[in-house]
Amino acid sequence: MEQLLDYLPAVFTWSNFLVLACGSLGGLLFGAMPGLSPTMAVALLVPFTFYMPPVPSLLLLGAVYTSAVAGGSISAILLSIPGAPASIATLLDGYPMARKGRAQEALYTTFVSSLFGGVVGALALIFLTPPMSDFAMKFGPSELFWTTVFGITVIAGLSSGSMLKGLFGGTLGLLLGCIGESSVTGEGRFIFHEALTSGIAIVPALIGLFALPQIVEMMEDAHLIFEKIKVRAQRGLLARVIRQHARYKRSLFLGSLIGTVIGVIPGAGAQVAGLMAYDQVKKMDKHPERFGTGDPEGVCASECANNATVAPACIPLLTLSIPGSPTAAVLLGGLLIQGLLPGPELFTKNADITYPFIIGMFLAQFFMFGFGILVSRYTHMVSDIPNYIMFCSVMILCVFGSYCVQNSMEDVYIMFGLGALMLLFKKLDIPSAPIVLGIILGPLAEENFLRGRMIANTDVGMWQYFFTGAINQVLIGLCLLSLVYAAYNEIRFARRAKARLAHTAEEDHA
Amino acid sequence: MKRFLSFALAAALLLPLSARAEPADKWPSGPITNVCTYSVGSQTDVQARIGALPAEKYFGQPIVILNKAGAGGLTGWNWFMDHAGRDGMTMTVYNLPNFIAQSIVKKNAKYDIHKMEPLANFAADPVVLFVPKDSPFNSVSDLVEYAKANPGKVTLNGSGLFVGHHIALLLLQKETGAKLTYIPEKGGSDALQSILAGKVMGGFNNLSIAMRAPDKLKVLGIADLKRHEFMPDVPTFMEQGYKSLDDATTNFRGYALPAGTDKAIVDKAASKTYEMFNDPVVIENLKKTGVPYRILDRKAMLDIFAKREAILKELLKDYVEK
Repeated sequence: MEQLLDYLPAVFTWSNFLVLACGSLGGLLFGAMPGLSPTMAVALLVPFTFYMPPVPSLLLLGAVYTSAVAGGSISAILLSIPGAPASIATLLDGYPMARKGRAQEALYTTFVSSLFGGVVGALALIFLTPPMSDFAMKFGPSELFWTTVFGITVIAGLSSGSMLKGLFGGTLGLLLGCIGESSVTGEGRFIFHEALTSGIAIVPALIGLFALPQIVEMMEDAHLIFEKIKVRAQRGLLARVIRQHARYKRSLFLGSLIGTVIGVIPGAGAQVAGLMAYDQVKKMDKHPERFGTGDPEGVCASECANNATVAPACIPLLTLSIPGSPTAAVLLGGLLIQGLLPGPELFTKNADITYPFIIGMFLAQFFMFGFGILVSRYTHMVSDIPNYIMFCSVMILCVFGSYCVQNSMEDVYIMFGLGALMLLFKKLDIPSAPIVLGIILGPLAEENFLRGRMIANTDVGMWQYFFTGAINQVLIGLCLLSLVYAAYNEIRFARRAKARLAHTAEEDHA
Repeated sequence: MKRFLSFALAAALLLPLSARAEPADKWPSGPITNVCTYSVGSQTDVQARIGALPAEKYFGQPIVILNKAGAGGLTGWNWFMDHAGRDGMTMTVYNLPNFIAQSIVKKNAKYDIHKMEPLANFAADPVVLFVPKDSPFNSVSDLVEYAKANPGKVTLNGSGLFVGHHIALLLLQKETGAKLTYIPEKGGSDALQSILAGKVMGGFNNLSIAMRAPDKLKVLGIADLKRHEFMPDVPTFMEQGYKSLDDATTNFRGYALPAGTDKAIVDKAASKTYEMFNDPVVIENLKKTGVPYRILDRKAMLDIFAKREAILKELLKDYVEK
């Protein structure tokens, strides 16, 4: 800790600040482009750092990582295109807000919450690195399996009022997640075309399921001429949004806690931390039905959680060279280029690089916030675009975003296919988030189960392997709790709806 | 104007002729695309990009890496076989023994060693066997003896199916008759995590992965012809009496063109690529990233391709997809 303070002055130079500023702005814009994920942003920058000294190059990568995660919500809120899985939950409330002309408020909420989550994550990186890396190392196949199952239980809670439809979507998602070659057994399943060999890529699925139905909806209304909603930069809006956050204590606390824990566990799907936090906050709320209709608290929970994963994902990376997220895996490349091998030496021999990097991760949160607010001020330009231009350009972005993930036209067809399916489902009120959750978590749960079974069979047997051990049991408990609570909520919701119906019927009589 | 037109016409007529006469002189006529079959930021990708750093100095044109990831390289190489022109303008990054093993096992693989023209090699990452520091196994024979006494009880992981790590395990099994359990992981980092977390007993993986956590691992053996300068204390498998684990599993990476490309272009590309990989910029950056680099020319690689295929065909004959 004292060591950290020793290196503080080394970070505060104009050139480092310039690097942080460029990285933050670039990361935001890159993240806002659909299909260009934070992982790709960092990966494409790594070759540039070949020629840079270690400290600025790591500051640059850290800043880009942080900002790209937050930047993904810009397209989610304004265009209903989640550029990366991290922004799914933000979209659920952010896009409805934007449709109501509250885009700027939604974006301000995004960046205030991201700052909070990011700072909590960075503090965890500064103060809790040794205990948290020990914790991360307790996770093997069985623990990861239960963590993903816990993520899957979120499906039940994501669709209050129509749990059956949500479960239908979730199951369909799990089935879609089965497509492709199993990475454990090598068996091919449902591979009707070669492009499906490695399964359905997540980003094209996201774009198809979320953005395409919105475009069609826009086209349906294209003949209507709306009264222009005035969304000029409002005075005092930022101050109001910050004040509002004082009321979101639970979202901020749960969001940053879930984000930090999920971030530090390698391979647990840091991409769904936002959804998990969103779901938990919703479950604990007195009025869960307000989520999904454009409530800023939903944006807050999601954004707080997904930015809280960023710095903790570097904890196992720095101590054990095991990245906590796919983006951190690419960051490892950046470290290696500088001749930095993760491990204890990083904190002794190479402390003059490691500590500035950690401080940089902390500072990057503030740069992200500053530029984010600045960018948000110009969002009215997007809202002012007429509908008929809007849906054309969003469609182009959808195709571009799906294509550039793997430079593959097949992904674009998959995007359109799933989009058409979702269009039908939308008419039937089947939500899209559970389908996506199934696609993301299904393969993770399956792989870890299969791997766990292989190990268990050589050792203690399935029952003991999956059901004993403190972490397994805590996770199983959480899964059960989550399920029971979702069922309870569903019954409560149904009762209330019934009561309301009876009430209105009475009024009709009178 | 008329004169200019007729001149242009004549030139246009002559151009294809002259191009047919000496295709290699004009090559490359534009930026070269290089298909990397692994995702942006993966080891192969980063190294391939390092290799292409000084491309303009040698080819007069940049080499642009195009990532087509999926199915352990299968997606990208199949795409390369279908879509790459035979004009030398599209290369790929090969990855041994992965692509050869796939060409033998996978019925939908459209490539094999005869459909790829290796140009030059930049990396040779040998497979090592490692266990956690506190493991009771101190040598390969400890592990093999235990496995013989307890068939199937020894769990070893690696990054996926039919990659060098899996093949090394199959070779060890075949030579000793011990029964081992192979756990395929998603990648090197995932494999390392399972081992450090004590969930599996050890693993076959690349030397560069073992280099990442030297203080937490015990490296039991290296599957190469001689010891490696990065870890000189680690004996080879051959030294320990396991003759079949020579360098057959070593992960070679380099550039290749599709077969059917004009011979003159292949030769020119091969010599230029070899020169480029020997550029100090490439060597320096490969060294910095901890890559066990080995620059080899086309002739050496043709030989290695053929030898590997022969070994793998024999070893994997039970796994061939019907």
